[in-house]
Amino acid sequence: MKHIAIIGNGISGVTAARHIRKLSDHKITLISAETEHFFSRTALMYVYMGHMKQEHVKPYEDHFWAKNRIDLKMGFVSKIDVSNKKLIFESGEEMPFDDLIIACGSKPNKFGWKGQDLEGVQGLYSWQDLELMEKNTQSIDRAVIVGGGLIGVEMAEMLLSRSIKVTFLVRESRFWGGVLPKEEGELVSRHIKSHHVDLRFETELQEIIPDENGRVKAIKTKAGEEISCQFVGLTAGVSPNVDFLKGGAVDLNRGVLVNEFLETNIPNIYSIGDCAEFHQHPTGRRNLEQVWYTGKMMGETVAQTICGTKTAYRPGVWFNSAKFFDIEYQTYGWVWAEPKKNEATLYWEHADGKKCLKLVYDKNNHSFLAANVFGIRLRHKVLDYWIANQTKISQVIGQLEDANFDPEFYENSFPAIKQQFQSQIPQTV
Amino acid sequence: MTKIDKDIALVSGPPKDINTTQKIATLIGMSGLLILVLAAFNVNFPNKGVWLTIALSAIAGGIILYSKGAYGSKQEGIKNDGVWFKSISSRGFWGWIAGIAMTGFYIVLYFFPALLGLHPDGENTGVIALFDPLSKALSGNAASQWFVYGTLYTVAILAFGIKFMWKYRHNKYERLRTFSVMFFQTGFAFIIPELMARLNSDSFSLPYYDLKNVWPLNYYNFEQYRVDQMISAGNVGLGLLIFGVLSILVITPILTYKYGKRWYCSWVCGCGGLAETAGDPFRQLSDKSTWAWKMERWMVHSVVVFVVIMTTAVVSTYLGYDDQKYWLTKGTFLLGVVALLTILIGLLFIFRRDELKKDAKIGAIGYFAIILAMIGIHYSTGNNIFMFEAETLRSTYGFLIGSVFSGVIGTGFYPILGNRAWCRFGCPMAAIMGMQQRFFSKFRITTNGGQCISCGNCSTYCEMGIDVKAYAQKGQNIVRSSCVGCGVCSAVCPRGVLKLENGEDAGDSRYDSDPITFGNDGIKVNF
Ligand SMILES: Cc1cc2nc3c(=O)[nH]c(=O)nc-3n(C[C@H](O)[C@H](O)[C@H](O)COP(=O)(O)OP(=O)(O)OC[C@H]3O[C@@H](n4cnc5c(N)ncnc54)[C@H](O)[C@@H]3O)c2cc1C
Ligand code: SF4
Ligand code: SF4
Repeated sequence: MKHIAIIGNGISGVTAARHIRKLSDHKITLISAETEHFFSRTALMYVYMGHMKQEHVKPYEDHFWAKNRIDLKMGFVSKIDVSNKKLIFESGEEMPFDDLIIACGSKPNKFGWKGQDLEGVQGLYSWQDLELMEKNTQSIDRAVIVGGGLIGVEMAEMLLSRSIKVTFLVRESRFWGGVLPKEEGELVSRHIKSHHVDLRFETELQEIIPDENGRVKAIKTKAGEEISCQFVGLTAGVSPNVDFLKGGAVDLNRGVLVNEFLETNIPNIYSIGDCAEFHQHPTGRRNLEQVWYTGKMMGETVAQTICGTKTAYRPGVWFNSAKFFDIEYQTYGWVWAEPKKNEATLYWEHADGKKCLKLVYDKNNHSFLAANVFGIRLRHKVLDYWIANQTKISQVIGQLEDANFDPEFYENSFPAIKQQFQSQIPQTV
Repeated sequence: MTKIDKDIALVSGPPKDINTTQKIATLIGMSGLLILVLAAFNVNFPNKGVWLTIALSAIAGGIILYSKGAYGSKQEGIKNDGVWFKSISSRGFWGWIAGIAMTGFYIVLYFFPALLGLHPDGENTGVIALFDPLSKALSGNAASQWFVYGTLYTVAILAFGIKFMWKYRHNKYERLRTFSVMFFQTGFAFIIPELMARLNSDSFSLPYYDLKNVWPLNYYNFEQYRVDQMISAGNVGLGLLIFGVLSILVITPILTYKYGKRWYCSWVCGCGGLAETAGDPFRQLSDKSTWAWKMERWMVHSVVVFVVIMTTAVVSTYLGYDDQKYWLTKGTFLLGVVALLTILIGLLFIFRRDELKKDAKIGAIGYFAIILAMIGIHYSTGNNIFMFEAETLRSTYGFLIGSVFSGVIGTGFYPILGNRAWCRFGCPMAAIMGMQQRFFSKFRITTNGGQCISCGNCSTYCEMGIDVKAYAQKGQNIVRSSCVGCGVCSAVCPRGVLKLENGEDAGDSRYDSDPITFGNDGIKVNF
């Protein structure tokens, strides 16, 4: 029986722990500097908006951990003593380990803006950030959010639920422009504006201006405009939370460097989740994968390896989802903001401007590659099958309705979509 | 500077308060209630019909105006902001006040109707008298406390139904099923039985019959006075009696097989109707712990055993001492019940062994309890079963389950236990359909591959206390006996993970999950 220590009780560390428990009898310790029990980071916004309380966003009941013999340890690891195989905590405490999994997650990006550490300026990642945001947004009426990504739009929705007016600075010419193609980006932008968010494209932050008490009172854009506000949300992406490993024996780049088996350069030390960076991604995707699902899959994979079945990380077809205020978004396969040379796209949009479907296929062999969908739910299993099996686009269109996952009685847009797409694909397909 | 939106308030804070429209609406609704309360305290209103109309319109109008204030100016979508900040919906001060007031009302209604002005032998007074004109217009008779209750119940389902439809106006499933419960409540529970009462004369009399109210929810359906009335009321009465038996033995199983128990619980049933409309603001208060789930299984199945024994005892008693009157004898009846139960339990153990697992124990204990009781009934004569009289059994059931559980606790405690405490812990009808739903039905909630982010919205807003995310995050389908198919878990899920479906197959594949989409390509384990 070995002792497996896991730094981080987020989705990746917890998934690893659960699977190791299922596969073995090893002693497992889950370490966190954040909260005693695992909670769903993706649900932070709902706690702030009053949809749920902390107890609701814990995926497992509190007795789950003892029952599954997973030890919980609160504390911040400040150093890994690689040669003696032990962890050294900030408190001075030490903990020996046989295997170590580094699953320490991310932290919000700060790009060295002037005033980024003022009172009232913050990112949103941890439970502590949420508590700080609660405190920072009492009795205020204006906020500015910097950085147009998924966390930014969640923050906008959070602030609006408390009647705080939001100005949203986005560097690109449309919302989430680095990821979403033009049509989808415009659809989302329209919807965000319809919620009275003051959305500013091609606008970047120059500096944050304090009042006499060292609290934010305004921001200045690169164009020189000053916008007064009492809160600034910094949501320009996240980066691996690996400062405590700097100067140590474990190799780092932006994150903890790993091979396809999620092994670091030190034997018996692994890394998974947001903080793991592949030398070379096993399936050619980006080397950093900072989403919930990949953290889960990496946890599953590393558990196999640690329990004796050496397993490479081979995630299947990419998928992701999000919600922009009232519009749900799902994506399957990789839809590029600008189509690649070999790609052709089909785009349908509902007359109400709140639903759309984009299909991407290969111009040459006509196989279906990817989909973006807004306001309609699609069936993961079916999309995964089509993409993994390089199904022909004509067949996908013909069977599109099989992928419908909307609730019963919903308006069925599929006949209209089918008709439009069928007339748009080359007749030879 | 940027443009200022006028519809946004100036100072922030958690959304706890209601807006001006909602305040006015509350005032209007409360004034309607006040008329009823004053009447209850014997303020004698002239023109009772007019005042009743004013009171009911004010209540309904207030609720509808309140909904406009809440949802009218907002875009369609999920409306759960501030639910846990408001004291009424988070077991805070106002939650307790509302709970106590409603419980008090139920206690008076069930046990002290004279306080409301009921005088069976003379003129009604108080609030019941206020309802006389409406009752006379419908059935020709003076009002009773049940008529008052039925009217308020119907008004509540209609007005809060409109509120619910407004809240979920983007969701056609929710709109349709809410319309359906509004329809069944108004037509089947309220108007038709009152009109049926009009047909009654000295020579012809039908029991009060809410057609959608199926035994065992309607636990008194086969009592002697009702059966006698139905038999003596010619073809219509006999039709009703046969319909009552077919309802539970044929219609219910077929519909539950095809659609799950939701066809009844959240589309037809009156208890469900009130829970889904007036009770909707309290759905998040149901207990999701595994402990509560265990309690639920023991309690609700005990009620099933109780109601089966009680009904069998009551029926076999009158079959026994009045054996000239009925073509069915006590012995045949008992044998029939035992045979039916044995076949059902046998089928379950043969075809669903693997799924039964832990619940096999509950099933076996319940079955043997019933069989023992049947033997007891068989060997007892007169009105006695062992030491109890059948009538005592019936009145105990009526008091404990029919009144205290379903009314006082079930509805009075909405703001404390959530809106479906009765449906979950007490309703024998729900338990019977639930067993079938779990083992022999096409219904399931499908989980969408790996898309779940474990956010917890689905579990939080499941009124039946099902920990939906526990299944969703593992990629498993949800096949649970207690699910009433309200569809709210699916509605509130921000990632499109859940879909209520009647699949092709009612067999084992319902329980399977899909490892393909869930994880690493190389790993096919899934737990
Ligand atoms: C607001 C928000 C919304 C999101 N929404 C989505 C979404 O909808 N879909 C999606 O796919 N992804 C979403 N994400 C991203 C997703 O939450 C992350 O990808 C995921 O949580 C990463 O999990 P992890 O286990 O790798 O790390 P984390 O969840 O970050 O866990 C790491 C843990 O390690 C602890 N830790 C770090 N260093 C130490 C140390 N030295 N000692 C002790 N403990 C330490 C941290 O305190 C933390 O608790 C969202 C993120 C945020 C912030
Ligand atoms: S599981 Fe979903 S559909 Fe079933 S009762 Fe709960 S919320 Fe309603
Ligand atoms: S609401 Fe949806 S995403 Fe959230 S836990 Fe439930 S199934 Fe998962």
